[in-house]
Amino acid sequence: MSPLPQPAAGPVVRKTVVVAAPLAVAFEVFTAQIETWWPMASHHIGEAACAAVVIEPRAGGRWYERGVDGVECVWGRVLVWEAPRRVVLVWQLSAQFRFDPTIHTEVDVRFVAIDARTTRVELEHRGLEAFGVDAMAMHDTFSSPSGWNGMLEHFAQVAGRPRAATPAG
Amino acid sequence: MNPRLVEASARRFAALGDPTRLQVFALISRSPLSVGEVAAQLPVSRPAVSQHLKVLADAGLVQLESVGTRNLYRPDPDGVATLRDFIDSLWDVGMARFKMQAEKVARQRAAAERKSRETR
Repeated sequence: MSPLPQPAAGPVVRKTVVVAAPLAVAFEVFTAQIETWWPMASHHIGEAACAAVVIEPRAGGRWYERGVDGVECVWGRVLVWEAPRRVVLVWQLSAQFRFDPTIHTEVDVRFVAIDARTTRVELEHRGLEAFGVDAMAMHDTFSSPSGWNGMLEHFAQVAGRPRAATPAG
Repeated sequence: MNPRLVEASARRFAALGDPTRLQVFALISRSPLSVGEVAAQLPVSRPAVSQHLKVLADAGLVQLESVGTRNLYRPDPDGVATLRDFIDSLWDVGMARFKMQAEKVARQRAAAERKSRETR
């Protein structure tokens, strides 16, 4: 079994969802199909529209976005890869959606089979104090219509339509 | 997302919109420090550090704590929580979308399996 996570000192976000999907499907959708649900992917932020979000399926693998122009933007890397039960991603994206090696927050995701068709997914995003350090960049993006505010409006719309199909693009 | 949360976050991020002030905030986030202790770790005068701390305090990001004769600044838990809540909201949306998508894929796979069993 995986060791228990160490208690985090800084601010932490925890989310648990129960999904009507087998363990393997839940893991696959979370990782291999991340672009189908990742909110940032549907609201493209770079020069070019986002063509794909890729998590390379191994420890040390890259986590990156590929634009339709073929340009790859690194978001972080894979710290732990224990398919289909756990993945830990290092999020090294600044609030301006640029790779920043000084930012290190961890997204630790565990997948627990409740039964053959149901999976509990436990997510912990820790090390958020790094975003405080990056807050200057966040401030800049706040003032831009394509920045956080715009994205949040988009999120709110999507979240407000839970039955809507996955947004195209 | 709650518009008031966005606004409160924006105010706090704005207060951090200065490189030196960010460094000040990062330092006291690690451990409570006096004005002099912050100034000793940065190429900034004590009055300048005081001014930065005042701006951070006005934005609700830091608070003053008196320990004996020492005045220490530390992060305001409420202010830091707002930054945390911001990321929290992002994951609320992300996980809701993930759940929808995983269940959609599971339904498609189950249907395909049924179909392949029927045609066999």
